[in-house]
Amino acid sequence: MKPAPFEYCRPDTLDEALELLHEYGPDASVLAGGMSLGAMLNMRLARPDAVVDIKRIPGLDAAIVASEVRTGATLTQARALEDDTLMREVPLLALALPWVGHFQTRNRGTLCGSVAHADPSAEMPLVLTTLDGEIELQSARGTRRVRAREFFVDIMTTARAYDELLTALVWPERRLETRHAFVEIAQRHGDFAIVACAVETVVDARGRVASLTMGLGGVESRPFVADTAEFIGERACPALAQAVAAAAAERVDPMTDLKVSAAYRRALVRSLGAQAIAEAFAARPTT
Amino acid sequence: MLRLKSDARHPVTLEVNDQPRIGHAEPRRLLSDFLRHELGLYGTHVGCEHGVCGACTVIVDGRAVRSCMQFAVECDGAAVRTVEGLAGQGELGILQLAFRRHHAVQCGFCTAGILMSATDFLGRHPDPSEAEVRDMLSGHICRCTGYYPIVAAILDAARAIREAGG
Repeated sequence: MKPAPFEYCRPDTLDEALELLHEYGPDASVLAGGMSLGAMLNMRLARPDAVVDIKRIPGLDAAIVASEVRTGATLTQARALEDDTLMREVPLLALALPWVGHFQTRNRGTLCGSVAHADPSAEMPLVLTTLDGEIELQSARGTRRVRAREFFVDIMTTARAYDELLTALVWPERRLETRHAFVEIAQRHGDFAIVACAVETVVDARGRVASLTMGLGGVESRPFVADTAEFIGERACPALAQAVAAAAAERVDPMTDLKVSAAYRRALVRSLGAQAIAEAFAARPTT
Repeated sequence: MLRLKSDARHPVTLEVNDQPRIGHAEPRRLLSDFLRHELGLYGTHVGCEHGVCGACTVIVDGRAVRSCMQFAVECDGAAVRTVEGLAGQGELGILQLAFRRHHAVQCGFCTAGILMSATDFLGRHPDPSEAEVRDMLSGHICRCTGYYPIVAAILDAARAIREAGG
């Protein structure tokens, strides 16, 4: 299908973009890579009065690795994958990015766009939530940061106000000795995840779990972070991985959709979760 | 700041297959439709129009992308390569010859998109594994071939390009 008519706006500066969002409010859609918005417009699920194309605003495409790691609004998934420094600083992102869409969509799709779109099965919201990263939002009123764990409200619904532009993702400083895994089940590689699982863990010198975070995507209407407190101090082994995943499977409230039932998703949390945690336990720690 | 009215046609300039081309487009005009209906380049095919099937894939500013999920006005000034640009002087290119040799084309609907993806892909991965080629092809749907001849053709083309010295 073809999109409904819209006014095309291409601001040259961030201030101009923020003015436009202020002017149009809920009737504007922000366009970066367009890998989610393009499909929404073509199917007329979105019918904005104005499309605000932010791609030519200088500086928004940067990945900055300094005291904190920031990835800008127009940084594409392909360019992020090619950025060795960024991939070393955020190892879980490096594991998850190849699962985002396809080679051809990563060439244009952005990290921030995926977060702004907030599809419950998307990898970028899951990874940012698992790592407890933040989202930077700017408007004519000022700049604020929201934790990913508070940003995602429901399916394709976020804490972003209509006049705010999602200008960057802020990734937590790389923690030494962390181990990571990312696994996903979809009908085909690159399709929407039925269940995706992201894990960050620290195993101490005695082989005990010092920290463990498991995030689940595609299960509920937003990324789910499992409570693993009861397992800290236990020996890191496949049996423990199974116990953690089984506990998470009891606590999630999975969606049913045209593809699979809630019961199937719950079973996947158990099996895929155990696989991901065991993989993380066995992974090489960051140095 | 550029603001283009929804109900008017606006000039769009592209460099298509190394030639400057100009046409006109409403903001909602997809790049795929602009290439076909405004510039007469019917080699780019249109399938699902939501980025899944891969038929409309072209190379924009050096990267294989979906032409159905971007707008012509968005690409103003860009360099675009379409399947029409692959054969120089009426001779098939190395990749096209490999597709012919391996019978990697049946109905041909998906072919143009796959050729453009493979062109970008082989430029970045001159010596890909079969698994890497299959992963790249996950962004395309072919309902005829079962993909085997396409995979074989791309691997063969990679070898031929390496032997020809890039």
